[in-house]
Amino acid sequence: MVVFDRPKSLTDKEFHYCPGCMHGVVHRIIAEVLDELEIKGKTVGIAPVGCSVFAYNYFNCDMIQSPHGRAPAVATGVKRVLPDNIIFTYQGDGDLAAIGTAETVHAAARGENITIIFINNAIYGMTCGQMAPTTIPGQITSTSPYGRKPEIQGLPIKVCEMLAAIDGTAYAERVSADCVKNIRGVKKAIKKAFINQIEKKGFSIVEVLSNCPTYWGMSPVESLEWVKTNMIPYYPLGVYKDVTANKENKKEEE
Amino acid sequence: MSELVLMKGNEAISEAAIKSGCRYYFGYPITPQTEIAEYMSKRMPQVDGLCIQAESEIAAINMVLGASSAGARVLTSSSSPGVSLKGEGISYLVGSDLPCVIVNVQRGGPGLGGIQPAQSDYYQATKAMGHGDMRLIVLAPNSIQEIIELTSLAFDLADLYRTPVMILADGALGQMMEPVDFDKLQPREIPEKTWAAVGHQNKREPNIINSLYIEPKDLEDLVIERYKKYDIINEKEVKYEEENIDGSDIVIVSYGITSRIAKTAVDKLRKNGINVGYFRPVTLSPFPAKRLGEIADMTKRFLVTELNMGQMVDDVKLATKCKKPVDFYGRTGGMMPSPDEIYQAVLRTLK
Amino acid sequence: MGITSIVAAGFGGQGILFMGKQLALAGMYLNKKVTWLPSYGPESRGGTSNCTVIISDDEIGSPVTPNPDILIVMNLPSYIKFHGSIAKNGTLICDSSLVSERSSREDIDKYYIPATSVAYKNNMPKLANVIMLGKLIAATNIFTPDELIMSMQKSIPSSKKDLLDLNIKALDIGFNYKE
Repeated sequence: MVVFDRPKSLTDKEFHYCPGCMHGVVHRIIAEVLDELEIKGKTVGIAPVGCSVFAYNYFNCDMIQSPHGRAPAVATGVKRVLPDNIIFTYQGDGDLAAIGTAETVHAAARGENITIIFINNAIYGMTCGQMAPTTIPGQITSTSPYGRKPEIQGLPIKVCEMLAAIDGTAYAERVSADCVKNIRGVKKAIKKAFINQIEKKGFSIVEVLSNCPTYWGMSPVESLEWVKTNMIPYYPLGVYKDVTANKENKKEEE
Repeated sequence: MSELVLMKGNEAISEAAIKSGCRYYFGYPITPQTEIAEYMSKRMPQVDGLCIQAESEIAAINMVLGASSAGARVLTSSSSPGVSLKGEGISYLVGSDLPCVIVNVQRGGPGLGGIQPAQSDYYQATKAMGHGDMRLIVLAPNSIQEIIELTSLAFDLADLYRTPVMILADGALGQMMEPVDFDKLQPREIPEKTWAAVGHQNKREPNIINSLYIEPKDLEDLVIERYKKYDIINEKEVKYEEENIDGSDIVIVSYGITSRIAKTAVDKLRKNGINVGYFRPVTLSPFPAKRLGEIADMTKRFLVTELNMGQMVDDVKLATKCKKPVDFYGRTGGMMPSPDEIYQAVLRTLK
Repeated sequence: MGITSIVAAGFGGQGILFMGKQLALAGMYLNKKVTWLPSYGPESRGGTSNCTVIISDDEIGSPVTPNPDILIVMNLPSYIKFHGSIAKNGTLICDSSLVSERSSREDIDKYYIPATSVAYKNNMPKLANVIMLGKLIAATNIFTPDELIMSMQKSIPSSKKDLLDLNIKALDIGFNYKE
């Protein structure tokens, strides 16, 4: 009896991610969700520039590699042509919250019925460890070698809080991939974000706090500990907006 | 008998796109092409199509990338400063072999420049629309009737060769009205888009739309393959118009709106006994270099005229291998020459 | 008639572009070649507005002309800008209720009609432009009244019959106006 198998929505290709990086875990979770919801055949994934730029090699569905930051605009184009397909983007913090902020905010404002998986590891991994829009104050990166100083480099963008303020956002939740218990939450949130799309509930984003052992200069275990002790306090976990829940509650009240 | 309609260039582009099966338009307002977005906003819902006013030119071109990936015929339009913003996306479209039609209703530049007609984006369109080894097909209509015919052709060429195609117009063509006849459109046959990312329905391997090739050899092979495609386009799709070339004393080379003004000057010159020829590239890329090379042996000299500082001059010199002198007369910044200015320029050149 | 170039100019809101379009349409319906090129941009927002119409038996080259055969002008700034450019033996049609100046040129035909006052007097304040058109066809042989009426019938939707009738009336007033 097979108790643990490779999801059908992943290809056989080996991940190129660094040892201990949680990209692989999140990829697997997305694949499990595509399997469980039986939507692999009608899903189109979009991976722009960042560590996940090769995601098109790993997901066993049609994939588009998009320009840096532009995935929500590309997703808009695909979804408007194929409204009954399932369209997701997989974006890092530099991609979504720096170069692609406008595309992200406006896709939310239009209430595009898409699913965004946002990996926040507070650093640029692909280009070897520069400051991200989500690098937390004091955090050392190669372009904030003395620690991020708010008076010079400004303050981080809290994406879920920001998008919760957009009327078009249907669902925004921040989860963390730092431990088994929280990873269960990651799966639950991602599944909900896809179900929302199937049920045409609108723009859904799941922010996953993640690690970068290589460019944080830590062991995998240390890096996960750092997520818990440094990132979660700055980026509190939780549901920031859930229009779907409100609607259900209202129905119950009636 | 088919009916003539009096239409603005911008409206004609839009309606021709719809008649060519385009059902998706993504754009951002900018003078002098905003009528396209307005026309599409009104017209697309009537044909079950979609027009989205994007948050930026950058977003618009990436929506185009998405819609094209999903197999749709899709249009975006802008004017010079906005087209610069689209450059990144256009490069990705080329790198991913995605078809689409991009309209540039040019205005004066650089920078915010002006809003009056110009052809100052010739270099950008034909040589440097994006980073990387890449080309576009660039079509330069000179009448509203030709705008609709070339818009239809643009969609066909885009799909046939899986490449972005640009219609390079200008503020005057965008704004002016002439009678058009839509019954003259002659669509080509287009193969099915089996490469599109529409979901594999568990019946085939995933389709991947991608422009990233981390192995240099892979990328080189792909670019070389794409350049073979450009060779075929060069072989089969060059279009030009010519008149009174053989034995002429001078040939005026001009495209787009300027060729109209040049034509008036040419007619007057000929009436006054000047033996002048007229050559108009309709495709700026592929450039009618072969024909101009032949013409170099049939005339004594060339005068290039365009609404810029002489950007096509290089191409004419290369095509003719500098066998004959190539002079230039142009206006820029939104200024348009009168036919008489071109007339006088020819006389000066012949002196 | 060969080729005729017309510049219509005035303030935004006077229906200058519409006037030009009516001429282009009439030409098109009579199977002539036509171009209509407007001024555009900030100057048309409450400022001056103008368009160039060319009507020809043969293919039209340039849609712009430095020396129009006919100038129809409905404000002073446009009069100052364009009056000197009218081609020799050309025609000036001027709304004298808005332009106080009189041309001293001897090489052109000059027609003055207080179209805007006439339009107000006839309770059709928005149709001074069509009154100007009426004067134009009376002064030149570019179109007959019937040809222009045919063009209006074709281009003004039948659902707006009242508007069509009013336009035809304005055309008639302009056509028959005596100084």
